[in-house]
Amino acid sequence: MADPREIQADELTALSTGAWILGAGGGGSPYYSYLNMREMYKAGKRVTLIDPMTLDDDDLIAVVSSMGAPLVGQERLRDPAFATKPVRMMEEYLGRKFDAVMSLEIGGGNALQPLMVAAVTGLPVVDADSMGRAFPEAQMTSFAIGDLQMFPLCLADIRDNETIVVRAASWKWMERISRKICTEVGSVASTCKAPRSGKEVKDWGILYTTTRAIELGRAVEDARAAHKDPVAAALDHEGGILLFRGKITDIDRRATEGFLRGSATIDGLDEDAGHEFRLEFQNEFAIGLRDGEPAATVPEIICVMDTLSGEAIGTETLRYGQRVSVIALPAAPILTSERGLQNVGPRAFGYDMEFRSVFGEEAVS
Amino acid sequence: MRRIGIDVGGTNTDAVLIEDERVVAGVKTPTTGDITGGILNALKDLIAGLADGPGRIDAVMIGTTHFTNAVVRRRDLSPVAAVRIGLPASASLPPFVDWPDDLAEIVRGKVFMIEGGHEYDGRPLVEFDAEAMRSAAREIESSSITSVGIASIFSPLTAECEEAAAAIVREECPGVDITLSHDLGRIGLLERENATLLNACIIDLARRTTRAFTDALRQSGIDAPLYMTQNDGTVMKAGFAEEFPIYSFASGPTNSMRGAAFLTGLDDAIVVDVGGTTTDVGVLQSGFPREANNVVEIGGVRTLFRMPDLLSIGLGGGSLVGPDGAFIGPESVGFRITNEALVFGGDTLTATDIGVAAGLIELGVRKIAESLDPELIKAARGRITAMIDEAVDRMKIDATPVPLIAVGGGAFLVPNDLPGISEVLQVEHRGVANAVGAAIAQVSGEVDQVFNDIGRTAAIEAATEMAKQRTVQAGADPETLSVVEVEDLPLSYVPGDALRVRVRVVGDTASI
Repeated sequence: MADPREIQADELTALSTGAWILGAGGGGSPYYSYLNMREMYKAGKRVTLIDPMTLDDDDLIAVVSSMGAPLVGQERLRDPAFATKPVRMMEEYLGRKFDAVMSLEIGGGNALQPLMVAAVTGLPVVDADSMGRAFPEAQMTSFAIGDLQMFPLCLADIRDNETIVVRAASWKWMERISRKICTEVGSVASTCKAPRSGKEVKDWGILYTTTRAIELGRAVEDARAAHKDPVAAALDHEGGILLFRGKITDIDRRATEGFLRGSATIDGLDEDAGHEFRLEFQNEFAIGLRDGEPAATVPEIICVMDTLSGEAIGTETLRYGQRVSVIALPAAPILTSERGLQNVGPRAFGYDMEFRSVFGEEAVS
Repeated sequence: MRRIGIDVGGTNTDAVLIEDERVVAGVKTPTTGDITGGILNALKDLIAGLADGPGRIDAVMIGTTHFTNAVVRRRDLSPVAAVRIGLPASASLPPFVDWPDDLAEIVRGKVFMIEGGHEYDGRPLVEFDAEAMRSAAREIESSSITSVGIASIFSPLTAECEEAAAAIVREECPGVDITLSHDLGRIGLLERENATLLNACIIDLARRTTRAFTDALRQSGIDAPLYMTQNDGTVMKAGFAEEFPIYSFASGPTNSMRGAAFLTGLDDAIVVDVGGTTTDVGVLQSGFPREANNVVEIGGVRTLFRMPDLLSIGLGGGSLVGPDGAFIGPESVGFRITNEALVFGGDTLTATDIGVAAGLIELGVRKIAESLDPELIKAARGRITAMIDEAVDRMKIDATPVPLIAVGGGAFLVPNDLPGISEVLQVEHRGVANAVGAAIAQVSGEVDQVFNDIGRTAAIEAATEMAKQRTVQAGADPETLSVVEVEDLPLSYVPGDALRVRVRVVGDTASI
């Protein structure tokens, strides 16, 4: 078990870079959260990262996120005080103080949400999340896979609107109800999800993902600085696989049932010349098809990176003509378990296909 | 159609006359401190070369790196009052938050954050605080600040708050310059606000410079509309450029690549532009520069402007050559080359001296260069080839051999044989390709907006119509419009049918 340690200022950029890659095209750019953290570090605030295995079983952990449309997040920017608001609401509702804070999802901007809360409250950040990546819906977490309680949930708006969902019949009901409220306040809200005990985090959390994101980001940044291939650095670091390299030739995006769905077509370059790769997405990249044959699916992490800079590219920022590398990174084992696949496998995203790991049978637990 | 293209660079001012898709004449003169003098000299030289005088000129297009350089060098910038409308949202990231400290110190005159702004669907976020705006305007009026930048949340969707704020500023502070963020485009508050503040800090310089351009034309006896080139290879009317100088950022490299395409007739090629101090390597795709994928920083400030994807290396005609030829640049004698290079009687060994010694070009006193050690010449040429080869290789995206177009004053330094290159083209007027690119520029108009509940087809039609109107307003001939970019993006998690549509239209400049 690692000792608590202070997150260093230079780790904030690495965390952002790594989290954006782990976002699998979703989760929104971490840039605005990063700027907030940079400002708070300049003002002397510091955040402590703790090993989840050091939590006491009855510790109380806040699971935080910013919920909503990434595009709205580009105008209504993240704010540490706003991120903290639902945490205070929850403490008041429960009549109990939190012992630590953790991220709902390590992919995208939410990777830094608990850091912002921690910088305001002084609480330590647990080195864990509940997705190991980014996913669009509330039931797509390891806590949902573990069938843990999904309520209460606190949701705050930037104006003086505060909502608590006291009970919900299921994780899917929690998703539907909270999504409705979020939409009404402008498709962006700060949330504090159902609080977790230390035991629940240890049993069902996806552990050490903050560290994973920092190290991944650092590997990419180091490669970039040394004029080495940043995509290869990401693959090396994560034990990932390069699926395809090419140029985006078509993007088809459409809104269905409140999500950004669509596909992107990539024409192969270099070793993939003469082949075609198709990515289908629902906020995040869900499946990848090489010449029409499934090459990778959720829950494994499909990322699109700028071939030259190694910068991750989100489903909202895919553009015609971009030269990209498509890679697959392993998913947390709990997501590829039988119960996990019910919540986050290809069928949960409406694809009539079995999950087959890119990494071979041994990767599936 | 007869057009004059002018490129005002840091070192040289180039001018060309183009008639019926053909370069009639091209000249290169030194840039002067007042800018006007350099343009006057260039125009005088240009006209002197024409047997029948200038004749009728339909348009003059000027490209300049002047404003970019002002930001990069932190010179001639005005302090700005930044007004952000959108509290209580986005409070923790105020204007200038992600600017480099040295630039922010110069530009950050005052910062005001005021309640107001909108939701993605056009509802007000909170009521606009007109009283707070008025007291801010009074504070601006009582200060020495003369330029104001205003950005409101979701203003690309509805500009109501920015317009209301501008009206108050105009009432309280007559004569100040106002830049509104929705005029500069895209979703992304911080990046749009950054562009607004950058624009506001060079607006005074831009007005003086644009008027210097106009004066130079008048003094040359040329009576033609004046346009300025933008970073996407199109132009804007000079009056528009006075208000939105930021659009001219990075237009220099774009012009030289477009000029390279025009001079060779090639639409797909690598372009290597060798200047006095640096070499820019870019890629032509369908006659336009390939754009950078990532967020683009200008002088260290993050914006969402489209910029050409360029690789700059420290190699130019004035680059210093090490004693054994193994090292070249990045230091350069720059515009002092005509005094300091060996072939011009100076005592500095430059890349140009190597070029002269190797017989690549006739310049200055060749005898001086011929006295150089042949081993040194060989080593230096090898180093130049290696530098260009590496840069070209990094910009190429596949192994297929492609043609390479060499342009710029130092184009002669580009070797004839490079791996992965099918042929190296060295054409007439290559030295003034940037002025050629300016002369052939088109005009464009762009829309980027969220449409609600009208369906995809209707939304794209509406956006296209708006973009066409903007293109005509920018000076295009309505008969020549073509849509070059359509991008639609449904908003995730948003109910109903919200669609963000971006359309860009270009057209030829109307002959008055």
